[in-house]
Amino acid sequence: MFYREAGDFKTTYAADQQTFPILFDRRTYYIVLAIALGVMPFVVTDYITNAILLPFLIYAIAAIGLNILTGYCGQVSLGTGGFMAVGAYATYKLMTGFPDLNIAIIVVLSGFITAGVGVLFGLPSLRIKGFYLAVATLAAQFFLVWMFNKVSWFYNYSASGQINAPERTMLGQPVTGAETEPWVAYLFCLAFLIVLAVIARNLTRGRIGRSWMAIRDMDIAAEIIGVNPLWSKLSAFAVSSFFVGVSGSLFFAVYLGAVEVGEAFGIQKSFLVLFMIIIGGLGSIFGSLAGAAFMVLLPVVLKLVMVDSLGWPTDLAAHFNFIVVGALIVAFLIFEPHGLAQLWRIAKEKLRLWPFPH
Amino acid sequence: MSADFLNLLEVAINGLMAGVLYSLVALGFVLIFKASGVFNYAQGVMALFAAQTLVGIQTGQVPFAHLINAIFGTEVHYFGWNVPALLAILFTVLVMILFAWIVVKVILVRLVGQEPIILFMATIGLAYFMEGFGDMMWNSEVKRLDVGIPSGGSFWIEDVTVQWAAEGERYFGMYVDVLDIWATVIAVALVASLAAFAQYTKPGRAMRAVADDPTAALSVGISLNKIWIMVWSLAGFVAIVAGIMWGAKSGVQFSLSLIALKALPVLMLGGFTSISGAIVGGLIIGVGEKLFEYLIGVPFLGGATENWFAYVLALIFLVFRPQGLFGEKIIERV
Amino acid sequence: MNDMSPDGYTTPDGRQIGGVMMEVKNITLRFGGVVAIKDISFDIREGEIRAIIGPNGAGKSSMLNVINGFYHPQEGEVWFNGAKRKAMKPHAIAKQGIARTFQNIALFKGMSTLDNIMTGRFTKMNAGFWSQCLWKGKAEQEEIENREYVEKIIDFLEIQAIRKTPVGRLPYGLQKRVELGRALAAEPKLLLLDEPMAGMNVEEKEDMSRFILDVNDEFGTTIALIEHDMGVVMDISDRVVVMDYGRKIGDGTPDVVRADPAVIDAYLGVAHD
Repeated sequence: MFYREAGDFKTTYAADQQTFPILFDRRTYYIVLAIALGVMPFVVTDYITNAILLPFLIYAIAAIGLNILTGYCGQVSLGTGGFMAVGAYATYKLMTGFPDLNIAIIVVLSGFITAGVGVLFGLPSLRIKGFYLAVATLAAQFFLVWMFNKVSWFYNYSASGQINAPERTMLGQPVTGAETEPWVAYLFCLAFLIVLAVIARNLTRGRIGRSWMAIRDMDIAAEIIGVNPLWSKLSAFAVSSFFVGVSGSLFFAVYLGAVEVGEAFGIQKSFLVLFMIIIGGLGSIFGSLAGAAFMVLLPVVLKLVMVDSLGWPTDLAAHFNFIVVGALIVAFLIFEPHGLAQLWRIAKEKLRLWPFPH
Repeated sequence: MSADFLNLLEVAINGLMAGVLYSLVALGFVLIFKASGVFNYAQGVMALFAAQTLVGIQTGQVPFAHLINAIFGTEVHYFGWNVPALLAILFTVLVMILFAWIVVKVILVRLVGQEPIILFMATIGLAYFMEGFGDMMWNSEVKRLDVGIPSGGSFWIEDVTVQWAAEGERYFGMYVDVLDIWATVIAVALVASLAAFAQYTKPGRAMRAVADDPTAALSVGISLNKIWIMVWSLAGFVAIVAGIMWGAKSGVQFSLSLIALKALPVLMLGGFTSISGAIVGGLIIGVGEKLFEYLIGVPFLGGATENWFAYVLALIFLVFRPQGLFGEKIIERV
Repeated sequence: MNDMSPDGYTTPDGRQIGGVMMEVKNITLRFGGVVAIKDISFDIREGEIRAIIGPNGAGKSSMLNVINGFYHPQEGEVWFNGAKRKAMKPHAIAKQGIARTFQNIALFKGMSTLDNIMTGRFTKMNAGFWSQCLWKGKAEQEEIENREYVEKIIDFLEIQAIRKTPVGRLPYGLQKRVELGRALAAEPKLLLLDEPMAGMNVEEKEDMSRFILDVNDEFGTTIALIEHDMGVVMDISDRVVVMDYGRKIGDGTPDVVRADPAVIDAYLGVAHD
C-alpha cells in the first residue's frame, strides 16, 4: 500500500536502466543522502563517530570491494586484510614522503597501488578456481602482513614497528591526526563511500559488471561469448583491490591514526569483511552496506546489553559476538544465501501488498 | 661430517616431524572432503577446541564458568579434581563425536547439493562459532597442556650426533625434542591405521563408496548421514591428536588453529582426494618451510617466514599444476 | 553434391546458398589415449543450415568445441572466411563472429533474461573503463543502443514477459530460447547449436524449429546444429554430416544421407547386402 511500484511506467530504456527504477526507492535514497550529508555532521558525537559511523563507512567501502570480487565475479578472497594493509602502508609512505600532497589524493593513490598489488595476486585466479583460489589468497594475506612487519622501510625504520598518521588538512580542517573533529572525519569518509558506491553501482550494471557475473555463473560459456577471462578477472581484482585499498587507507589514516599491522590487518579482518558480504548479500551493493552496518553494530549492541546493562565482563561479550556471527553465517548460507539484501527485497514485496495481502 | 651439514640435517629432521603432523591434519581434511565434498576450514579450530576441552576436563574446569559467574554472581572456576589424562582424552573423543553429530544433523544435511564454495564458507562460519564457543566454555587464557608425554631435548641424540662432527669442529650435537619424536611415532601410527581403516574395513569401504558416487552408494543402502558423522568424528579424533601435540609444544591458544590451517596448502600441494598426496604434501611443506627459514628466512629476510611459506609454495605450485601432485588432469567439458 | 560449384547452390525450397564459410580439414582430436575425432573434413557454406548427426559419443559436441576453439585438435586445420585459423582462445573466436548454444544449458543463472542477452552483446560494446565508472558518455549511450537491439531479439523470440526474471527460475524450454537469444545477440556469422531441441516436447520442438528457420531467413545467419531427432534434422537442414565413433561416415543432403547404407548401419545396426 505504502510501497508501490505499479503505475510507475518507463517510456525510455534510460529510465528503465537507472539505479533506482522505482520512484519510491529513488525518493528514499535522496532523503537518506540529505540526512547523511545535511543533518548528521551537526549532531554526531565523538562516541557515535568512533564506535559506529567511521567503522561503518570504512568497512562498507571494503565490503563493496570484496563484493565486486566475490559476489559479482565469483572469486572468493581471504586476503582482504592484507590488501587493506597495502592501502594503509601506501598511505603512510605517501604521507611521510610527500608532506604537501593533499590527503584525498593520497587516499586515491593508495587505492591505485593496492589495485596493482591485487592484480598481481589475482594472476593465479586464471589457473585455479573455487576454494583452491580462496586458499591461495591466504598466501597474499600472510605474506603481506609478514612483509609489512619485517621490512622496516615500510614503517620508516621506527623502533616500535608501528605507523602513525601525521596531521593533514583539507580546506583548513585537519582530517588526520589527533586534532581531527569527528564531523570532519565523518564527512571525509562519507564522501569516499558515496562516490565509490555510485561507481560500483555503475560498473556492476554495465558491460564490465555483466562480464564479471558471466564469469561467476559459468566461466566457460562466458569465454565462448567473447568475454576474455584474463581481462575480466583481473579487472575485478583491480577494482576490488582499489576499494579495499581506499578502505585500508582511511582505516589507518582517519580512523585509527596508528597501526600495528598484525593486529589491525590480520586474517580476522579478512573474515570480518567476508562475513559482511555473506550476511549483507553476495552480489549486492546495498547488501554490502547492510552487512557492514550489521557487523559494526552487533558488537556495539552486545556490549551495550551485556556489559553496560547486565554488567558482564567484556570478554564474554566478545565470545558471544563470535558465536552469534558464526551461527548467523551458517544460517544465512543455509536459508538465505543472498543475505539481508534479499530479505529486504522480500519485505518490500510484502509491504507492497500491506495491509491487504490478498 | 661438517657442522654446517649436521645443522642442516637437524633442521630437516625437525621439519620432517612437523610435517608428519601437517600430514595428519591434512588427512582429516581429505577424509571429510572425500566423503562429503566439504572443504572443512574449521579443522584448525577443531584442533584448538579439542585441546581446550582436553585441558578443561583434565584440570576439572567448570564449563561455561565465566558465563555462570556473570549471570549468577557466583565465583566457580574448578570442580577441584583432576581427571587422569587417558580418561580425559576419552571424554574429549566423546565430545568430538557429539560435535560431529551436531554438525552433520544441523548444518550438513541442510546444505546438501550446494556449491562447494558455499559449503566452504559455511565451515568458515562454523570455525568462528567454535572459536567463540570454545572460549566461552573454557575461557580464552593460554593454557598448558600435559598428558604425560615426555618432552625436552634428547640427550641421547645429542651424545650420538656430537660424535658425527669432524675433528675440531665446534658442534654440540643435534637438538631433537622427545615430544616431537613421540608426536611422529603417534602420527605415523594414526596415519597408517586411518589408511588401513579406509582400505580394509566395512565402514571404510562404505566411506570410499560415498566418496566415489554418493547416489550409487545410497542405492546400495549406505546411509550418507552415518558416513558423514563417522568421517567428522574421525576428523575430530585427528584434531584431538594434533591439538595434544601442538598444545603440549606451545600451549593451547588461538595460534594453534592457524598452525593447523597449514594443512590447507598441504592439500593444495597433494591434491584434495589423495591420501598419499596428503602425507607427501605434509612432509614437503614441513621440511620445506624449516629449510627455507634456516637457509633464507633468518639470514636474509628477518625470519618468521613460516607464516607464509607453505601458502606461497602451494600458490606457485598450483599455478603450474592446478590438479596437485597426485591429482588427475581435469578435462573441462561443455 | 560432390561437384557442387564453389559459388554455392540453390536449395530445393529456392534459397540461395553461398560459398564456403567454414571448413575443417582432416581434424583429429585426442584426449590422452582416447581418440574423440578421427580425420574429419567438411565445410559449411554461407547461409546454410548444416546438421551434424550421429549416435551418442560419436564426437559431435567435440566437433563444435573444435570449431569454436574450446578444444585444440592435435591434427588438422580450421579455415574460416577464407583464412586458416591460428590457435586462438575461444573469446577471440567469438569476436570473429562465431556464437553457440550448449547441450546442457549454460546460461548465467544469477542474471535476468535481459542481462543474459545483453551479455551476448559483449563483443559489440567497447566503452572505456572510466566512462563505465561514471555511466556517462559512451557507456550510457551504448547501453541504450544495445538495449534496443536486445529488445528486438526479445520480441523475435517472444519472451517479453520474462525479461526481468532470473533465468534460473525459468522452465527448461524457455531457458533454451533465452540461450538462443544470447547467441543471436552477438550477431554471429556462424551460429552453432548443440542439441537445441533436446528434452523438449513436440510443441516446443516445433517452436524451436521455427525460430531456427526464421533466424536463418531473417538474420541470414549460417547455422550448424547437432540434433538427435532425425525427423527435425531432415526437415530443416540443407546438408547433413553423419559421425560415428569419431569418424565421418556420411555427408550430403538429407535425401542422400537417408539412403546411405553406412548411415543406416550406424543408426539401425541392420545388416544389408
